[in-house]
Amino acid sequence: MELDPVLLARIQFAFTVTFHIIFPSFTIGLAAFIATLLIRWRMTGREHLHRLARFWTKIFAVSFAMGVVSGVVMSYEFGTNWSHFSVAVGNVVGPLIGYEVLTAFFLEATFLGVMLFGWSRVPPSLHVLSAILVAIGTSLSAFWILAANSWMQTPAGHEIRDGIAYPVDWIAIIFNPSFPYRFAHMFTAAYLTTSLVVLAVGARYLVSGRFTEEAKTMLRMGLGMVAILTPLQMYIGDSSGLNTEKYQPEKIAAIEAHWDGSKPGDLVLFAIPNEAQERNDFAITIPDASSLLITHSWDGLFPGLKDFPRNDRPPVIPVFFAFRIMVGMGVLMLIIGWVGAWLWARRRLFTTKWYLEIAQYAWPLGFIAILSGWYTTEIGRQPWVAYGILRTVDAASPVAPSAVLTTLVLFLIVYLCVFAIGIYYINRLIDHGPTGAAAATPQALPSRPLSAAGEAAHEAMGGE
Amino acid sequence: MDPITLWLPIVWAALIGTAVALYVILDGFDLGIGILFPFEPNESRRDTMMNSVAPFWDGNETWLVLGGGGLLVAFPLAYSVIMPGLYLPIIIMLLGLVFRGVAFEFRWAAKPKHELWDNAFAWGSIVATFMQGVVLGGFLQGIIVQNNAFAGGPLDWFVPFPLFTGLALIVGYALLASTWLIMKTEGSLADDARSWAKRLLVAVVVLMVIISLWTPLAFPRIADRWFVWPNILYLSPIPLLTAFMAVLCWYGLRTKREAMPFISTVGLFLLGYLGLVISNAPYLVPPSLTIWETAAVPESQIFTLIGVLIMLPIILGYTAFVYWTFRGKVREGEGYH
Repeated sequence: MELDPVLLARIQFAFTVTFHIIFPSFTIGLAAFIATLLIRWRMTGREHLHRLARFWTKIFAVSFAMGVVSGVVMSYEFGTNWSHFSVAVGNVVGPLIGYEVLTAFFLEATFLGVMLFGWSRVPPSLHVLSAILVAIGTSLSAFWILAANSWMQTPAGHEIRDGIAYPVDWIAIIFNPSFPYRFAHMFTAAYLTTSLVVLAVGARYLVSGRFTEEAKTMLRMGLGMVAILTPLQMYIGDSSGLNTEKYQPEKIAAIEAHWDGSKPGDLVLFAIPNEAQERNDFAITIPDASSLLITHSWDGLFPGLKDFPRNDRPPVIPVFFAFRIMVGMGVLMLIIGWVGAWLWARRRLFTTKWYLEIAQYAWPLGFIAILSGWYTTEIGRQPWVAYGILRTVDAASPVAPSAVLTTLVLFLIVYLCVFAIGIYYINRLIDHGPTGAAAATPQALPSRPLSAAGEAAHEAMGGE
Repeated sequence: MDPITLWLPIVWAALIGTAVALYVILDGFDLGIGILFPFEPNESRRDTMMNSVAPFWDGNETWLVLGGGGLLVAFPLAYSVIMPGLYLPIIIMLLGLVFRGVAFEFRWAAKPKHELWDNAFAWGSIVATFMQGVVLGGFLQGIIVQNNAFAGGPLDWFVPFPLFTGLALIVGYALLASTWLIMKTEGSLADDARSWAKRLLVAVVVLMVIISLWTPLAFPRIADRWFVWPNILYLSPIPLLTAFMAVLCWYGLRTKREAMPFISTVGLFLLGYLGLVISNAPYLVPPSLTIWETAAVPESQIFTLIGVLIMLPIILGYTAFVYWTFRGKVREGEGYH
């Protein structure tokens, strides 16, 4: 069988970026959460806030290291696997990545050392400042990465000469049409994801009756964020969708599985889109409701897939389903957030067993939503890697398929082993919980750089 | 060529060259710790060795991202040729870095059954270093280019010269790490490090001589750079200074100095690096593409250069701050306070 090098390279990139995105999307919010805990602790002097900060710092250390090692891989894959992409759009995308390294990567990687191991080495205010700097670093990182990615979705501020993009206006490049929406959407998603994990861990402790004081703080902080951010996120998502309709109508047509642009669109709740026959099988629809959502009018028209040549259409099935999974996760978040808020208002939040039992399993919702959202937008951009500029098939490196296959297999083995073990350690850490002794006795302070995670994991594994 | 298109690529080449040199020195000593692991079976000494680099490795590795990212920013064409040209060594190097990076944390977690992560740390470091050396050798021997794209095969690097430079780099990083340990540890570990360093220094000098003879013999363009009048006169300080650094290192080891062996080893590395730059300038993809042929447009180079000029001093400042925070000796079983 003839191996398709482009397909192999796409699988490899999708696999490595999927693993990578899990960790930053967690640590962006977690850094801010830890900084908030430390600031509150400095202001109120309440010890349990300090214990919580230390506990989450250990989890942060493990997650961050996995984010770093998988992130270094990404920065080289643009060249190893997508060298024509680097040539065609390197003049524009390269500087954005460069600014990410300069303003964010160094900041977070360097101050992480102080944040993890400076508990007893630097004055407390400097330690809090390091945590804040790490949080700022992770956010700046998201800013630049989203700027680069959004430019690939809705390029602006450039001109094309001989198939190569040249920068004309940097402000227009960074703040390209989809960037504000996509950055807001991803940033909120990262905070939501962390909030859901914090909420779930708090619920888990309350259910088992452990660490009650810490659990209540986590539940309040996590739930407050989820209850407020989920509806906000839905509004941002809707705005982002309208923006996509304006700039990438084929993506919206695929999301809605809308084939015929000459009629108003039905809202397809479920279907198996049939790309060969250009119709939906087994469809359950709300007539014309899609037009209402997108054009704000029951009989509004928007382009259907048939309005685009077949070779310009994204694959419909993955985009269609990924989008519905993301929205489904959002609905679940809204239910958890608002039911929790209602219980909270009635002062029954900490005693309503059935709610806590369910909420403790809410931790994966944000991760699933982020991954399916990214699949929607990235697969929805196909067949382009840089929309309208460069097709994915033309972007790959002239590397032998056997070499790409070899490295793909290596990535699969290494990532599945290493990251599965890492996630296992994180779970054990959470199981072990924020132990009081750690904050009280100075000799238990993390003494070794990057061993905070190690010590924590050691405790989690049942060590002393 | 107008002054901007002449000078911008030179400035950028100097910046990326500096980032790569910093990476080689900084990650060199922490990769070297992994290379030395098999020679130190004692668990608590292994703990101390790891502790001596653990606060810094994250920041150190970021210079690798800056080197790769900088190449994409300033010389996208070179990036798009070198990366596919050395595809397997680069990917395998990155996988080695994954193993050793997570080992910093997982090793403590797995205790007392941490043998797996000891091995992951050692072999991850060894493989990553070997592949970095192979990348260097593959780069020196030249990458086959047609129509501004890589046109060679996936195993072009699997020939004696790059494999030899891979092995040489392992020995070099081990020397950096053992002189680092002399400076950062004490007692029997420091004594062990001193005796390793003596043997490693001899090996490094021999390897440097072999590579210095091999490159001009194998690559006439490098011979033409060094062995013509008056270049041979102007360039003579480099081998002389290199010999001086080696003597200084030996003297430092014999007289049990703390920092001198490490500093002179850094000097050896920087002089070797300078020699490579002189051998290849102005080619960024030897022997076919120069820094000017591969440069991004001036608009892109200037836009990022502004960021570099503002951020680089800040980055160097806080990196120095972190090294200062974790200064002093690491003692067995004591950690950092």
